[in-house]
Amino acid sequence: MGRRRSFTDISYGLVIGGLALLAVVIIVAPVIIVLTTSFTEGQALKFPPKGFSFTWYEQLFDPAKSRQIHRTAGNSLEIACFSTLFGVILGTLASLGLARNRATMARVADSIFMSPLVLPGITFGLAALVYFSLLGFRPSLDLMIAGHLIVTMPFILRTTTASLSQLDPALLDSSQSLGASWFYTLRRVILPLIAPGIAAGAFLAFMASIDNVPVSLFLSNARTDTLPIRMWGMMESTLDVRVAAVSGVLIASAFVLMLVMEWTVGLTRRMRD
Amino acid sequence: MTVTLAAASETGGGSLRRYLKAQEWQLALPLALAFAALFFAPLMLLVGVSFFNDEKISQPGFASWVKFFGDAFNYKVIADTLLLGVKTVATTVVIGYPLALVYLDLSARLQKALLFMIVMPLLLSVVVRTFAWIVVLGREGVVNSVLMGLGVISEPLKLLQTELGLVISLTQIEMPLMLLPLISVMSRLDPNLRDASAALGASRWRTLFTVILPLSTPGLVAGCLLVFASSTTAFISQTVIGGVRLIYLPLVIWQQSLVVYHWPLAAVASLALVVSVLSVVAALSWLGRRSGGYLHG
Repeated sequence: MGRRRSFTDISYGLVIGGLALLAVVIIVAPVIIVLTTSFTEGQALKFPPKGFSFTWYEQLFDPAKSRQIHRTAGNSLEIACFSTLFGVILGTLASLGLARNRATMARVADSIFMSPLVLPGITFGLAALVYFSLLGFRPSLDLMIAGHLIVTMPFILRTTTASLSQLDPALLDSSQSLGASWFYTLRRVILPLIAPGIAAGAFLAFMASIDNVPVSLFLSNARTDTLPIRMWGMMESTLDVRVAAVSGVLIASAFVLMLVMEWTVGLTRRMRD
Repeated sequence: MTVTLAAASETGGGSLRRYLKAQEWQLALPLALAFAALFFAPLMLLVGVSFFNDEKISQPGFASWVKFFGDAFNYKVIADTLLLGVKTVATTVVIGYPLALVYLDLSARLQKALLFMIVMPLLLSVVVRTFAWIVVLGREGVVNSVLMGLGVISEPLKLLQTELGLVISLTQIEMPLMLLPLISVMSRLDPNLRDASAALGASRWRTLFTVILPLSTPGLVAGCLLVFASSTTAFISQTVIGGVRLIYLPLVIWQQSLVVYHWPLAAVASLALVVSVLSVVAALSWLGRRSGGYLHG
C-alpha cells in the first residue's frame, strides 16, 4: 500500500512537473531566442546566430535607412496615446455610473462594453472599414483612434470596475454626511482610491492598442499604417533581420514598462483577480 | 421616472443621496453613445451589406449568402478553423493546467515571478510572438539545428507552413489567456481541501481528478473560451506561420475584403466566423455552468 502510494506520487511529480516545465520553456524560450538572434552579424535569421554585433540595431535607429519603420512607430504611439486618453475618460465615467448599479439595464450595458473582447477583431475591423467608407470618410489616424478606442475599452473597464467594487461604501457615506458635494467626494475620495485601477487599465489598453492588428489592418492605408502592420509586411516579404531588432526593442520596452507598472500599481495581481 | 420623483421630493440628505445615485447611470451615456456610433452601427451595417449581390453594393439580395454557403470549400474552411481552435485549446490545457497546479505549490515570491512571466508575453505584440516562432521553427531555426546537431534528422524538418507548427506557436501565443483565469480560480481554492483529501488516503492523482479539477472547472472553461476565440481569429499567426496553403476563415475575410474588394461576400464570411466561434463559446460556457450546477447541486 505504502509503496504504491509513493509510486503514484512520483509519477504525479514527474508528469505534472514535466508538463509544467515544458509550459515554462514554451512561454519563455521564443522571447529569449528572438533577443539573441537580433544581435547577429549575419544577413539571415539563423540559430545559433553568427557572431555578435549591434548591426541591425544601428540600421533600425538610422533615420535614413529605417524611415518607414520610424514613421509607423510614430503612428502607433499617436493612436495608442489618444485612444487610451479618450478611453480612460469615457471608461472611468461609465464605470462610476455602472459599477454599483445592480439594475438589469446596467448589467446589459456592462456586458456590451466588454463584448469587443470576444467578438472576433477581424469582424469589427471589416465592419468599421465598410461603415467609415460608406459614410465617406477617408482613412486617417482619427478613424484608427476611434476603432482602437472600442477594442481597448474592456481593459480599462475591467480594472476600473474591479477597484470601484472594492471601495468601501462607508467612505462615500461619511464624505457626504460631512457635507461634501458629489463632485468633491469624487475628486478627493473616489478618484484617488481607484487611480491604481485606472492606471493598470490604461496601461493594458495602451499596450493592446500598440499591438492591435485586426482593426489597423482594415482602417489603415499606406500613410496611416502602424508598426505591427509594417512588421507583418516585412515578415511576409523579405524576412529582414531588422524585424528581430524591432522585436528586441519592443520586448525590452514591454519588460521595463511592466516592471514599472508592477511596482506602482501591482499589475499582475490585478490581472489575476 | 424615479429620477424626477426623487428630485421632486428632495428634502433631506437621504433623498439627496438617492437623487445622486439615480443620476449616476447617466455617466455611462458618453460611452454608450460612442459604442452606438462606432460599434453597433458598423456591425449592423455589416449585416446589411451582406444582403447585397455585387461588389458595388447596389443590388440587394441573397446571392452572397448563397454563393458562400453553396461552396463546399467554405465548409471545409469553417471546419478547419474550428478544429484549429480545438487543437490549440487541447495543447494549452495539457501543458497549462500542470503549470497552474505547480503555481499553487510555489512560495509567494516565486508565484509573483511566475505570474510576471506569464503576463509578459501577453503585452508583447502578437506580431513579435509570431516572428519568434519563425526563428524557432524555420529551416535554419532552433528546432532544426538542435535536431540535426544531435543527429536525429539529416534533412531539416518542414515545420513552418504546417498545421503542427501553427498549433505549437498558437499554444505559446494563447497560453496566458488560459493561465490567468485558471490561476485566478485555483488560488481561491481552500488549501485545506487538498490536505484533507491526502489525509483521507487519496493519492495526488486522485486528489487532482476528484477535488481540484471539478472545483477549478469555472477557470478552465473561461480559459478554454478565451483561447478558442483568440486562436480561431488569429489572422497574423495563421497567415505567417500557416502560409497560404493552410486556409482559415480570417484569411478568406481578408482576401475578399482587401484583395478582391467583394465586401458583401467578406461580410458573409465574417458573420460566419462570428456565429461559428461564438456558438462554440456559448456551448462551452453553458456546459461550464451546468457542471458548476452539478457540483453544488
